[in-house]
Amino acid sequence: MMSFDVLFNQFLSGIARAALLFLVASGLSLTFGVLRVLNFSHGSLYMLGAFVTYSVWKVLLIPVVGFYIATILASLIMGLIGILIEFFLLRRLYARGWPEQLLATYAIVLIITDIVKWGWGGEFLSIPRPPPFKGAVFLFGFPFPSYNFFVILLGLILVIVLWWLVYKTRLGDIIRAAAHDREMVSALGIPIPWLFTWIFVLGSIIAGLSGAVTAPFGSIALGMDIEIIVECFAVVVIGGMGSLPGTLLGSFIVGQVYAFGIMFKPELALAFIFMVMAAVLIIRPWGIFGRPER
Amino acid sequence: MLEIKEIHTYYGTSHILFGISLKVDKGEAVCLLGRNGAGKTTTFRSIIGLTPPRSGSIKFLGQEIAGKPPYVIAQMGIGFVPDDRRIFPDLTVRQNILVARREREGAIWNLDRIYHLFPKLKELEAHMGNQLSGGEQQMLTVARTLMTNPQLILLDEPGEGLAPLVVKAMGEQLTEIKKTGITMLICEHNVGLSMALSDRCYVMDKGTIRFQGTIDDLKKNEEVRKKYLMV
Repeated sequence: MMSFDVLFNQFLSGIARAALLFLVASGLSLTFGVLRVLNFSHGSLYMLGAFVTYSVWKVLLIPVVGFYIATILASLIMGLIGILIEFFLLRRLYARGWPEQLLATYAIVLIITDIVKWGWGGEFLSIPRPPPFKGAVFLFGFPFPSYNFFVILLGLILVIVLWWLVYKTRLGDIIRAAAHDREMVSALGIPIPWLFTWIFVLGSIIAGLSGAVTAPFGSIALGMDIEIIVECFAVVVIGGMGSLPGTLLGSFIVGQVYAFGIMFKPELALAFIFMVMAAVLIIRPWGIFGRPER
Repeated sequence: MLEIKEIHTYYGTSHILFGISLKVDKGEAVCLLGRNGAGKTTTFRSIIGLTPPRSGSIKFLGQEIAGKPPYVIAQMGIGFVPDDRRIFPDLTVRQNILVARREREGAIWNLDRIYHLFPKLKELEAHMGNQLSGGEQQMLTVARTLMTNPQLILLDEPGEGLAPLVVKAMGEQLTEIKKTGITMLICEHNVGLSMALSDRCYVMDKGTIRFQGTIDDLKKNEEVRKKYLMV
């Protein structure tokens, strides 16, 4: 029988993982909700964001705030790359089918992987946890990295900011209207191409930001893009593509299943996640908070 | 104000409009009549740019608009009210109205004026778009398009699927809207509320214009009505 403190410890690490997943998946879900493009390259901008954060941090070598400056810069750089991807590639593919869009964004995955190999080599990199989150917090006698609380806090801030943006602003009204019927939004005089560019840029900034905050979590390495994107697909499939509350719930579920799965059988932690995803796909293919496609 | 010349429009490979030409002058209300499938909705979709014509010309206020994206055409002053209403379900009634608002010189429509014309929408302003009856949806879709302050409004089947009393109310509201000086192009498959509003009409069949004239001309022409309108 597991004691309460062990379970609580797993629960907390599940929450930290959920916060990270939400950071990444919220951008993916937002982009999908409005543009209806399943953006495979979202994970690549996350990975590139982590590498850029590392380099900026290394170049700056400013104590205390260096990491945070690097995080902001990396996020903005990913936003710029987002403009390029949307403007020169995706924009030309909206009228095509899913297979072409998926192939195109997968091409970006491969391109960014090679850029990272070329620019940073294949080695594992890491950034020390930034102050004031260097230490650990003891809860029920277990050390819990205080940096995890920073990530949870950031996740919560992003929940609030996105909620405000989507439900409380005129841009949010346009986003929710366009997610349902972009043709009508366009016929009302709202410039859809610009809306799509800005949404994609916002998604890219979120990808960069989440990559940056992952950097001090573990190692920065090739392959982290695919690893995160498949988990994010599980998150948005479970919660419902394009739904903000769905992404939040999906992140929570995947984070917890992973945390307790690891305790139960570490080799199968990912398998448990995809079993849940498969179950959702069978019972409610549009996800818990999603809406059936018309 | 609007001049369409010889447009041919396709959905994929199917040819829908065969050289449609029509003209609407400033301040006029013109109706486009014809059975379902005659090509009325496609004509509207061609004008607003959702299904651009492959050939022919559409001029609005003297400028060629055929081939421009819908949002540019809408910004130039054309408002489109679709027959299937297309209310945004995740927005409240109030948000549905406000999402469309566009300030421009000579703008006359704002939330107060919309609520004055459609008091029911004010009562329902906090309801979600998917909680409305057919008549309420119809009011909302007209209100939403008016918020873009169009100079020409395209009304696709404004009375379709509504109870007779609701159709009558909608007719009165459209009369009010016409009085503001807005130009109207209305299409209907049945001679319904557009007749009282309109100055002239066109009758369509199988993607071509079969008749044009004043409403009186149409009333006198039993052959056209029998052949193309079933009335």
